[in-house]
Amino acid sequence: MPSAIGEPLDRVDGRAKVTGGAVYSAENNLPGMTYAVMVTSTIAKGRVASIDSAAARRAPGIIAVLTHESKLKLAKSPDDISPDSAADRRLQLLQNDRVLYAGQPVAVVVAETLEAAQEGARLAQVRYGPETPSVSVDASLAGAFIPERLSGAGDPGRSSRGDVQAGMSQASTRLEQVYTTPFQVHNPMEPHATVAVWDGPDGLTLYDATQGIFGARKRVAGLLGLAVENVRVLSPYVGGGFGSKGPTWSHVLLCAMAAREVRRPVKLVLARPQMFGPIGCRSETRQSIAIGAKPDGTLTALKNDVVTHTSSFDDFVEPASTPTRKLYSVPNNSTTQRVVRSDIGTPSYMRAPGEAPGTFALEVAMDELAYALTMDPLALRLKNYAEQDEDGQKPWSAKSLRECYRMGAERFGWAKRSPEPGSMRDGHTLIGWGLGTAMYPARRSPASARARLNRDGSIQVEAGTQEIGGGTYTTMTQIAADGIGVEPSRVIFRLGDTQFPPTPVSGGSMTTASTGSAVYLAARALRDTIIQRAVVDRNSLLYGAKPAQIAFENGRLSRSDRPGQMETIQHFAAGLGEPYIEAIVNAAPGQEKEEFSPMSFGAQFAEVRVDADLGQVFVSRMVGAFGAGRIINAKTARSNFMGGMVWGVSFALYEHAVYDERLGRIVNNNLAEYHVPVNADIGDIDVIWVDEADHHVDPIGAKGIGEIGITGSAAAVANAVFHATGKRVRDLPITLDKLL
Amino acid sequence: MNVASLSAGIAATVPLAEAQTVPSASEIVDCAITVNGREYALTLDPRITLLDLLRERLHLTGAKKGCDHGQCGACTVLSGGTRINSCLSLAVTHNGDFITTIEGLARNGDLHPLQAAFIEHDGFQCGYCTPGQICSAAGLLNEVRGRAKPLDDAEIRERMSGNICRCGAYPNIVAAIKAVRGRVAG
Repeated sequence: MPSAIGEPLDRVDGRAKVTGGAVYSAENNLPGMTYAVMVTSTIAKGRVASIDSAAARRAPGIIAVLTHESKLKLAKSPDDISPDSAADRRLQLLQNDRVLYAGQPVAVVVAETLEAAQEGARLAQVRYGPETPSVSVDASLAGAFIPERLSGAGDPGRSSRGDVQAGMSQASTRLEQVYTTPFQVHNPMEPHATVAVWDGPDGLTLYDATQGIFGARKRVAGLLGLAVENVRVLSPYVGGGFGSKGPTWSHVLLCAMAAREVRRPVKLVLARPQMFGPIGCRSETRQSIAIGAKPDGTLTALKNDVVTHTSSFDDFVEPASTPTRKLYSVPNNSTTQRVVRSDIGTPSYMRAPGEAPGTFALEVAMDELAYALTMDPLALRLKNYAEQDEDGQKPWSAKSLRECYRMGAERFGWAKRSPEPGSMRDGHTLIGWGLGTAMYPARRSPASARARLNRDGSIQVEAGTQEIGGGTYTTMTQIAADGIGVEPSRVIFRLGDTQFPPTPVSGGSMTTASTGSAVYLAARALRDTIIQRAVVDRNSLLYGAKPAQIAFENGRLSRSDRPGQMETIQHFAAGLGEPYIEAIVNAAPGQEKEEFSPMSFGAQFAEVRVDADLGQVFVSRMVGAFGAGRIINAKTARSNFMGGMVWGVSFALYEHAVYDERLGRIVNNNLAEYHVPVNADIGDIDVIWVDEADHHVDPIGAKGIGEIGITGSAAAVANAVFHATGKRVRDLPITLDKLL
Repeated sequence: MNVASLSAGIAATVPLAEAQTVPSASEIVDCAITVNGREYALTLDPRITLLDLLRERLHLTGAKKGCDHGQCGACTVLSGGTRINSCLSLAVTHNGDFITTIEGLARNGDLHPLQAAFIEHDGFQCGYCTPGQICSAAGLLNEVRGRAKPLDDAEIRERMSGNICRCGAYPNIVAAIKAVRGRVAG
């Protein structure tokens, strides 16, 4: 049977998304709805001295002004976070007068209309007792510490194999450079939004823009003292997350707390400037890399000492050193991660945490080394190809990087590159070609799913998971159809409701491997049940056959030994005595992580065109070649890889949340001044992949593709800029002032 | 200047709003606006934007709020066939206007060619900017209709640069508009 897996099926939620029919969290308009607006701190450190809310309370339509003086009750401290939930962050829930960062919620105004609530928020007069904030690495470097564990996979804060000093002394060419990447803010197009509705004092429904409905349910239930089963979280469409909607942030709780106070449904939507502070960011990174190599390019030593920020109150650490540990074969390798505490909204997960900044620094350093050795940058990578994970001392689950380099180089035309910087000029335009290596771990978490055949022949598959743009509705539909043996059009897949079987957060590129495996196994279990029932059903033409003799394809059951004897699933379903039959499966990873290092790889090639006088950079074309396990949908996968590559361009050239170091505030907290690419900034993007099914990672052989596109791509652009201009920019973003 | 006194200076300037006139709920304005062919007789708080009117009062939630400052384009709708940022437009200024939102583009269940092309070319991922992108593309095609000069890729990119797509679907958005442009021209 032609498998549904891999087909470029149009998104099954496409029609809803292009007609305005897809309902995002803030679009749940309920009877008696009220509107909440947060008042956020204008200082970065200190205390709230007073809040005069009299004028706000007098304004028409105001229902409540909630401050730390309102003594809103919680069942436990918002600083008390579950050690088993990597996504939980410490929250600011009006429990005291402390101000820990600029943009922290200090009051919530609830009103009859949005306009009234906004007016009330403007009228609330907050006076502060400010203290001097610290937001720069240099200001806090003396207090830097090495954390025991990094965020994400929980890798150790330092690593070492061999003897880096001895390795450096064996080298004929040595390179030591510092690379910096700036603070970045996720900025999904949909602002974070929550609608909270209480059903009596013990029951709560949240319509929440979250990447993790089950994490949100647990966090909210814990803080409000509710039974988990009495909290329902719904999130059928999420307008992008990129990590920022993984944790349950303060506004979610504040919305629920406000709804408890006013005893009506409350809608709370963040204003765009409020998305720069209280909902996470990617920390600035400072990476000091040292590399030593022999004349033939063989690495003798590789070292990366990383400094990042965390907040004064939380412990997130951007794991930027991990690519240096694993990407290349080198006997002498060490990394450290130091962390400074700053008076900032806490950093958190942002698309490819660790690998995105980590591959930038490492892959630019490798480009510099290639030039120092007068060696082709691609040849240098192949010379030091890691046949196994030398950090974890395990074989890779699958690795197709050599093939990615080959396919990508061929598609891009790398062989035609003339290595000398500035040598590929086109009239007034400097042309540069650059390369970077992509890598991202393949993760999998426990997940569950339900597959049901209804008497009318329809198939309904459910798993709690979220749709954040990755195409989950569509890929799960294909996986379920393939698992059962029916056309995708017969399957209705539903998600985004905590009443469906539990699944992990839509993060870490693990949805397909985790939830997809559960959906596949549930579909297979339903298929087996159908076959077993059919062969014992005296009314079935398949009666008496052995289950192994039954083929199930395109919605038809047939006997492989007597091809004429077949039954449609429609007919089988109509004969059911009960309204439906179903299979529920809890799927979990096994011991594979102990035996293998699960990783995806890719090769990124970029061409830049730089105005010789103005220094303006345009990424005119990119090729990304990936080896990332089995691809479920060729159309949505291409888009997902491409989106990651656009983020790579953005990382290299545009994004930079600028702190005013005196005041501790982000000065460009809006979409006009926090630059992300617009349509005219993006050239041609070509995405290809290696046919790779990695059955060491999960039953369907998929490894996840949501993040790898942003890895290696910023380095490819930065290396192309060097090739075009001869200027090596080690401090992102590469703005034109750095090229003039 | 030391930081503490600078911060304190900012804190002291906070009660700016008190000097302003606070509109009261009784200051309402009568207004008639036609949206997707249906005329609405409305009594409006003069502060309400066209976007908030659509989303919060008419429950036409297709137009999205991304920034509320005209910086992202998610709120793009058509006013008399011209694309506008509905977040930057007070609803009361649209008395007598004909507004088309994403909900009004499909006719009798048949998708507008742009809507179909966005699906075919996967011109979106999360879908949040999509109604604005499609309305903006419809406005773009109106702007160049009847013009002799062909609409090339570079011009599509430039003319679509008021609509941010954070998922990075830009090449597919260009492909979708090209497909419709080709059909209209050919």
